[in-house]
Amino acid sequence: MKLITHNMLSSKTIKGVVYGYPLIIRASQVLTKDVDFNPEFIQRMIPKLDWSALKFAAKCVGHEEDLPDEPPANMADEDVLKRIHHVVMEVDVVDGFLECPETKRQFPITNGIPNMLLNENDV
Amino acid sequence: MGKMTARRPEHQSPPDIFYNEEEAQKYTRNTRIMDVQSQCSVRALELLALPPDQPSILLDLGCGSGLSGEAITEQGHFWVGLDISQAMLDVALERSAEGDMLLSDLGHGVPFRPAMFDGAAQNSACRASAEEARTAAVRQHREQQRQADEQQRRRLLALWERQQTLVENRKREREQAARKSRGSRAVFQFYPESDQQVSLIVKQATKAGFTGGVVVDYPNSTKAKKLYLVLMCGGSAPLPQGLQDEGVPEAAYNRRLQLKKGVRTTAAIREKIRQKKERRMKQGKQVHRDSKYTGRPRSSRF
Repeated sequence: MKLITHNMLSSKTIKGVVYGYPLIIRASQVLTKDVDFNPEFIQRMIPKLDWSALKFAAKCVGHEEDLPDEPPANMADEDVLKRIHHVVMEVDVVDGFLECPETKRQFPITNGIPNMLLNENDV
Repeated sequence: MGKMTARRPEHQSPPDIFYNEEEAQKYTRNTRIMDVQSQCSVRALELLALPPDQPSILLDLGCGSGLSGEAITEQGHFWVGLDISQAMLDVALERSAEGDMLLSDLGHGVPFRPAMFDGAAQNSACRASAEEARTAAVRQHREQQRQADEQQRRRLLALWERQQTLVENRKREREQAARKSRGSRAVFQFYPESDQQVSLIVKQATKAGFTGGVVVDYPNSTKAKKLYLVLMCGGSAPLPQGLQDEGVPEAAYNRRLQLKKGVRTTAAIREKIRQKKERRMKQGKQVHRDSKYTGRPRSSRF
């Protein structure tokens, strides 16, 4: 699971959960995979990203220092874009858990795929 | 398989059970399925009408083994896929799909916060979601079937509602979109069983607040006919046109008819006569000399 996906993911499909965001990452294995850098894509994604959730996620997986504290004002700065690209697209949580901040329900991540399945009575 | 092939997968068992390892492998090794899938994905992308030359983020509902994802990656977009079958996702991993994937049941809604995606596409997954509830009910009483229908309706509605929040543009983007007179779209390709099912799906989508409708490609062909549900929010746009049957080109048709009937051209007949004469000459038999009339059809007076 990439952090861009984590930034969108919430657990509000669980009955009774209001926000369910951001999910807590309890990673046991984190890898970085090379992904082609596409500055235009990152530029488009920055306004969509929830920056505090991204900071939080980066902290969970130990990549906090790669990110600026605020979303960059200067979109043309390639160096900053590359750093964001690295954190958002290349850092991959391979193994561990996602935890709902409200119900503390855990979603296991195996082979980089979070299992978000719920039981009928949780919905 | 044998007589099973005629049946629809959703009638056999729920998707999480039907698409086990064996089926998942079959699904990805079958070149026909792969062709159909990638054609559908390309068409679905076309129907999404994304702004050109702009890398977008798309949601692939029922991404399966990542076949449709490949088409998305090829066009330079990033995708996040959801599927209910672990085995299918394992195959996707094996094929090193570029998108990010989650194991999730679409019928429970989609676990994302709103306004993230530029569009959503779904290939033949609708049926699984819609049919799942009904499958169980086939064996049961009518009353229970009604309940199951209710459940199916609820599941669809949940799906649409989530969809809408997902692809709905933010205000700023919506203003931009209004200028370009288009909003985000979701495209679903599905194989309906009956007209009733189509109207149910469309009704639920409208109830959830979408505009749009069904686009039918190749309506006169049994094989190539494909239905796409195109849902739009944040500004309505005219529904795209369905593709029409091209028909067989006439020349090719005539040629095929000739082959079938065994009709030969004058040149072919003349060549055959020439060969026959040569053969008979070698046998020492007398052969008529070649003239300009050789092998020519008789006039209609005879």
